[in-house]
Amino acid sequence: MSYQRPVFKEQYENYIGGKWVAPVDGNYFEDTSPIDGELVTRIPQSTSKDIDLAVAAAWEAAPTWNKTTAAERSMLLFRIADRIEENIEQIAVVETCDNGKGVRETLGADLPLVIDEFRYFAGCIRTEAGSVTKVDPELVTMEIHEPLGVVGAIIPWNFPLLMAAWKIVPALAAGNCMVLKPAEQTPVSILILMEIIGDMLPPGILNIVNGFGAEAGKPLASHPGIKKIAFTGETTTGRLIAQYASENIIPVSLELGGKSPNIFLESVMAEDDEFLDKAIEGLVLFALNQGQVCTCPSRALVQESMFEKFMEKCLPRVAAIDMGDPYELTTMMGAQASNDQHQKIMSYLDIGRQEGAELLCGGNVYKHDKYPNGYYIEPTIFKGHNKMRIFQEEIFGPVLSVTTFKDEDEALEIANDTLYGLGSGVWTRDIHQAQKFIDGIQAGRVWVNCYHVYPSGASFGGYKNSGIGRENHHMMLNNYRHTKNVLVSYNKNKMGFF
Amino acid sequence: MTDKVVYVERVSITPAAEKVIDRLRAQHGELMFHQSGGCCDGSAPMCFAIDDFKIGSRDVCMGEIHGCKFYMGADQFEYYRNCETIVDVVEGRGASFSLEIPLGLRFITTSRLYNEGELERVRPVAVG
Repeated sequence: MSYQRPVFKEQYENYIGGKWVAPVDGNYFEDTSPIDGELVTRIPQSTSKDIDLAVAAAWEAAPTWNKTTAAERSMLLFRIADRIEENIEQIAVVETCDNGKGVRETLGADLPLVIDEFRYFAGCIRTEAGSVTKVDPELVTMEIHEPLGVVGAIIPWNFPLLMAAWKIVPALAAGNCMVLKPAEQTPVSILILMEIIGDMLPPGILNIVNGFGAEAGKPLASHPGIKKIAFTGETTTGRLIAQYASENIIPVSLELGGKSPNIFLESVMAEDDEFLDKAIEGLVLFALNQGQVCTCPSRALVQESMFEKFMEKCLPRVAAIDMGDPYELTTMMGAQASNDQHQKIMSYLDIGRQEGAELLCGGNVYKHDKYPNGYYIEPTIFKGHNKMRIFQEEIFGPVLSVTTFKDEDEALEIANDTLYGLGSGVWTRDIHQAQKFIDGIQAGRVWVNCYHVYPSGASFGGYKNSGIGRENHHMMLNNYRHTKNVLVSYNKNKMGFF
Repeated sequence: MTDKVVYVERVSITPAAEKVIDRLRAQHGELMFHQSGGCCDGSAPMCFAIDDFKIGSRDVCMGEIHGCKFYMGADQFEYYRNCETIVDVVEGRGASFSLEIPLGLRFITTSRLYNEGELERVRPVAVG
């Protein structure tokens, strides 16, 4: 099955107050596809003036939307999910064109997870109940939730629609209006989504303003009309956003990446069965989404006793990665998202070589027959040690750094010897051993005998430099609302102090 | 009388990147760099107006490039001790708050491991 490159309008606008609105200053930038390096469309290069318009439109909608019932909001989220599902192929192919990942992934993972996120939160808000406690026979305490009003979000380019959904859905479900800035490499899929679902939304509850971080992201993150800001990206910008949030004393949630260990213990090879086959795929999952995943299992720790035999089985699986046309369903790996990412990954391939890591496969630019101007890199595996920079820094490409360990304690020590703590994986046939790693790993997610599974309702977020807060779980609703305590006394008598 | 030590710099810059700094300085005034970590556009330098980003008390100043101080988080710097960091610029569309992005350009860093002779003469860093 093969899809065609989608046809786009020549130019898109911001989506503000339920309407398509041209940027105030009239400037646009060119959006290109990393698959072929060719123009996709022109996108508004917005400024603080456009952010002001969007925040004002959101506040105009807020008095009504903030007071809708959970039943109304839930129904809307279910309807949006259905509408996305009806148009899944169109949206998935747009996402592939803008981001570079294969339709195999956008159709098989990104879009189904987006749809499920809407349904999950639609369900959550119908089953919630607040808490009411009798402190004494005549004093009752109630915890009541209220939306914050208008919130902001700044979205990354690696899962443009899914990361947008992880922020939009809990915010709307909790009764907030939102102003969202997509990433400048991947601005178009959410605009196509708004064309598809816009008629269902009350005007102003979801506003999309495009542009660059310094010109549009900063005025959004520092806007006094924003009551919470959510960001996924890197650490320096995360610090900057937290700094802006401190100016307005608003909460901030940050998801800032990781250098996730994927640990393979020797019992994995005790049998030659379907579980071994699954574990081999588990190592090769570093190549999912071209390695551009915050939880990319980019450090494989393999028990020394089985290292050579295990890698003998893994390397052919890496060699079998199909790097054909990303619009073909059979293609497993597509293009890196942009030229600068491509160059950065190349610089780390160079650093790995300089540091003396042993190249087990790949290590070069991939020359794509059909798309010579796209940004492709061979899936690459280095063998080295955990103090090397390729083991410590997020490369955000299809580059795996593999090392060995002798025993459980050494594996845990290496796993936790990182500045980050987002994802991790443990592969073993021994449940007691699994428990030791579940307990010992300092990360927000431990996958046991699986990896890269992201069901709605499984919380996602990091320890250490990986950020603050969680997403993708009903606990997020409270990140998007106030808690108001109400104390009601049924006692007619005074306290007696005065 | 002692010989003056000739330091080996920790951070350097290509002529192409210097030209971009000149363009940005004309627009935004004095600038600084902070090397980012983490996902998406991490592992790359961010260029800000000098008063925009609050330098942390533990951030390490690795030196100056074309009149701009270059910082890095202290824990990340531990992995950069043994290499020269070279700031360059490429075409591209990074997503972050770095100032060059609207130009359709992106600063990147490449690295070069010091040899043993150089390691003894690497410029000391300032903290905070």
